[in-house]
Amino acid sequence: MAQLSADNHGLRLAVRYTVLGLIALIFVFPLVFMLMSSLKPDAQLLSDTRSLRAFLPVGDISLDNYFDAFRRAPVGLFIFNSVIVTGVTVVLTLFICSAAAFAFVFVDWRGRDLVLTLILATLIVPFETIAIPLLLIASKLPWLGFDGLTFGWLNSYQVQIIPFVADGLTIFLFVQYFKDLPGELIEAARVEGASWWQVYRRVVMPLAGPVLATAAILKFLVMYNQYLWPLMVVQEERYRPVMVGLQYFFQLNRAWGEIMAYLSLITIPVLAFYLFLQRAFIASIASTGVKG
Amino acid sequence: MASKFTRSNSTGWLMAGPATALMALFIVLPFIFAIGFSFTNQRLISPNPTQFVGFSNYSQLLGVGLLTLDPERDDAGNVVREADGSPTYPALRGFTRNNADYPHLDGMREWFSVSLGESRTYILARDVVFMKAVVNTVIFVLVVAPLQGGLALLLALLINQKLRGINVFRAIYFMPVVVSIVVVSLLWRFIYDGQSGLLNNLLGALTFGAFPRVDWLGNPNTALGAIIAMSIWQAVGFHMVIWLSGLQTISPSLYEAAAIEGASKWQTFRYVTWPGLRNTAVLVLIVITMQAFALFAQIDVMTSGGPLDSTQTIVFQAVERGYGKQDISGGSTISVILFVFVLAISLLQRWLTREKK
Repeated sequence: MAQLSADNHGLRLAVRYTVLGLIALIFVFPLVFMLMSSLKPDAQLLSDTRSLRAFLPVGDISLDNYFDAFRRAPVGLFIFNSVIVTGVTVVLTLFICSAAAFAFVFVDWRGRDLVLTLILATLIVPFETIAIPLLLIASKLPWLGFDGLTFGWLNSYQVQIIPFVADGLTIFLFVQYFKDLPGELIEAARVEGASWWQVYRRVVMPLAGPVLATAAILKFLVMYNQYLWPLMVVQEERYRPVMVGLQYFFQLNRAWGEIMAYLSLITIPVLAFYLFLQRAFIASIASTGVKG
Repeated sequence: MASKFTRSNSTGWLMAGPATALMALFIVLPFIFAIGFSFTNQRLISPNPTQFVGFSNYSQLLGVGLLTLDPERDDAGNVVREADGSPTYPALRGFTRNNADYPHLDGMREWFSVSLGESRTYILARDVVFMKAVVNTVIFVLVVAPLQGGLALLLALLINQKLRGINVFRAIYFMPVVVSIVVVSLLWRFIYDGQSGLLNNLLGALTFGAFPRVDWLGNPNTALGAIIAMSIWQAVGFHMVIWLSGLQTISPSLYEAAAIEGASKWQTFRYVTWPGLRNTAVLVLIVITMQAFALFAQIDVMTSGGPLDSTQTIVFQAVERGYGKQDISGGSTISVILFVFVLAISLLQRWLTREKK
């Protein structure tokens, strides 16, 4: 009898893993296909789609597509632009939003509740609904450049960075986290004579590791994957990020091998980053679901 | 709480100021501008001064009209019929172009029509493409929200069991979320290809060649469905994780109690799990809905709104006008209409969460 139920248990386990595995296939097959295709010449790539060879590194395998992609477009420049824009935005966002949240949670000042309410209200405004008027505003804004005061932010790094360094979601995440820190800690530091700046830097931020990681990951995903905004504000190749650089591969002769190589090139770092910090990524999404 | 050690107006404004100012300039101001521009003829670059035009942008986009026509009759009074037997009707042009008797229909085009007996009712729209965009967006939202939310919950329940290596599956299901939607769209464009597409080959192999090849994105009947399926595939992991965090807030003692009572799996879900997920459910639906209304990148990369406007969307239209045609006022008007949709959804959420407290 015990033997029977054990077999039954084993069978159930096998069924469970099979179901989980089949679902997993649905989620990975396009990505495997992308990586494998990037290694094959166009003719083989197309004929391989007729069989399981599409998902295997077989036949005439090489990195030629990658070299060709670099020859076709300034891929290095695009990657550099994306790294600059994403990196600078993430760092500035963490600083500006955490400082704001600090003021909202620990400092008592006139207008605090009203301003916080307004900031949280912006959460229901999707970026897509303000993109068009923002385009006009960006085209008229002044900027202190290396060569003096210039007008119009189109085609620049700042137009891709500055509008995004303060956002309601990041402030909300910091506020939620700071609220759970013991208020006495801050009061005690103040009584000891610490300035607000010292409290922020020495007491609160050293405790903010988890929320910093969460906010950084979310911002990184949003910024690196941005498409609509750079499409509208960056016409010059010089400032183009990777997602918009994709257009180089859509000229008349469509070389799928090169496209797959380019897609792999801009995706592999993110996937590697994700697999390495998988728990943090998932925790960051989960915390956006924290009810406020 | 406020003591002399926590009161400081200057520090408060100094620390919250930068974020507040940036959000005022880059979120609040454009939002106010969007509303303002929608009542003007503002363009990105124009030699002429901007003028106030009242609601004309809105009536240009949303104007609809009805026209019922009787079939044409010959001298004997019989209905004139087409070769296939259907009645012929007078040309619409006669009513929608400079017809003094129908001034409200001037400039409209046929959106669709329905037959009622012999007569035929035409639903006309001033901007047929925008109407299609609104309908497509609403269809997209209505299909994606329940389907993606439901599948995400199923995945979350599946992942929530205690099994060795379950984290590996969780990580895999989540993987497409971190890949850019632009990359995913291009990849699926290849998968959906009518000639060498993986999907056709797969369906062909599974049915031993019985399944005909379909140009998924090139056929007006399948294009929107194909984009819906791909969008769900990409984002379902995101919502799975939110469901999962909701599931983990449900107290294990409730499950133990249910087990002692001898509740079936379904009963446990119905009376323990689902009530515990109420707030999560509302959140997931709202987030999916807001994301779905913003549908753009998939369209831009995969179909550009075609074929035959079957994948036009509200945001795609806003961008095409506001950026493509540099018609800031037209794009802003569409943005405002989109915001009204999203606001309505958020208010519905408020109402749903408040109701049963």
